[in-house]
Amino acid sequence: METSLPLLATAFPLGWQHYLLGGLFIGAGVALLFVCTGLVGGMSSVFSSTWSYLLRRPYFQQARYTDTRGWRLVYAAGLIVGAMVWWLVFSDGTPLHTEVPTWALLAGGFLVGYGARLGNGCTSGHGICGLGSLQWPSLLAVLTFMATAFITANLVSFWGLA
Amino acid sequence: MSGTFKMTPAVALVVLLSGALFGFGLSLSTMVRPEIVLGFLRFEDWGLMLVMGGAVVVTLVAYALAPRLLGRPLLGERFHAHVSHWNRDTLQGAALFGIGWGLCGVCPGPAIAGLGTGNTDLLWALGGIALGALAQGLRARA
Repeated sequence: METSLPLLATAFPLGWQHYLLGGLFIGAGVALLFVCTGLVGGMSSVFSSTWSYLLRRPYFQQARYTDTRGWRLVYAAGLIVGAMVWWLVFSDGTPLHTEVPTWALLAGGFLVGYGARLGNGCTSGHGICGLGSLQWPSLLAVLTFMATAFITANLVSFWGLA
Repeated sequence: MSGTFKMTPAVALVVLLSGALFGFGLSLSTMVRPEIVLGFLRFEDWGLMLVMGGAVVVTLVAYALAPRLLGRPLLGERFHAHVSHWNRDTLQGAALFGIGWGLCGVCPGPAIAGLGTGNTDLLWALGGIALGALAQGLRARA
C-alpha cells in the first residue's frame, strides 16, 4: 500500500476521491434518465436541437431534433441547477472564473460545437453513452478526440499561446 | 426519433433531476474548471480518467440491465439507443472537437453546467459552441 501512495500523489496531485465520486454522480444522472424515460443523454445535441426553434432549414427540422428539443432543454436546465446546488452548498460561494483567454474560449468553443455535431457526439455522447453501450465507433471517436486534444493542449502550452 | 415519447410533468421532473445529478457530478469532479481539464490534457493530473471511468461503469450497468429487468422504461414507452457509425464525418468531427477541446478546456456539458457556478466567462465558450453547431447545420445536407 505504501509503495502505491507516491504514484497516487503523482498521478492525482489534487486528490482522487472527488474525481471518482463526481464521475459516479454523472453516471447516476445518465442511468436515471435511461431507466425512467429510455432516453440517451448526450449533451451536444441540445446545441443543434435548440436551433430548430428558430431555423426552418430542413437540417434543423429533422425529427431527431424537433422531437427531442423539449427534453434536451430541460436536461440542460437540470445541468445548471445541479451545478448551482454544488456551488451554493458545497463551495465557498465565490463565482468560478477562468484564466483561459476569451479568444480561446470562443474559437475553441466553435470547433467543439462544429466537431461534436459533425461527429455526432462529444465527451458525454461518445465518451459516456457510447462507451456505456459498448459501441466501437464511439471508442474510435473518443481515441481520436483525445489524441487531437492532447496534441493541441500541449502545443498551445509549448508556444505560450494561452 | 423519440416516437411516442411524451413529456408529462413527471417525465420533465425526472429529466431535470437527471440533468441535475450530471451537473452536480461535473462540478464536484471540477470538470467545470477549464484549467483542470487542460491540466489533464497536459498530463499533469489523471483525474479525468477517473471521472470518465466512474461515469462509464455506472452507465454500462444501467444500459445493460435496465432493458433486461424492465420491459420498458418506468415512465416511457421504450428504451432508445444512440447508434454510432464510424465514417469520415465521425473521424473529422471527433478530430475537430478534440482540437477545440484542447484549445479551451471546455466541452458541451461543462459549458452549460459551469454557468450554475457563476462562471460567466464560460458564456464565450457556450456562444462558440452554439455558433459551431449552427455552422455545422448550415453546411450539412439534411
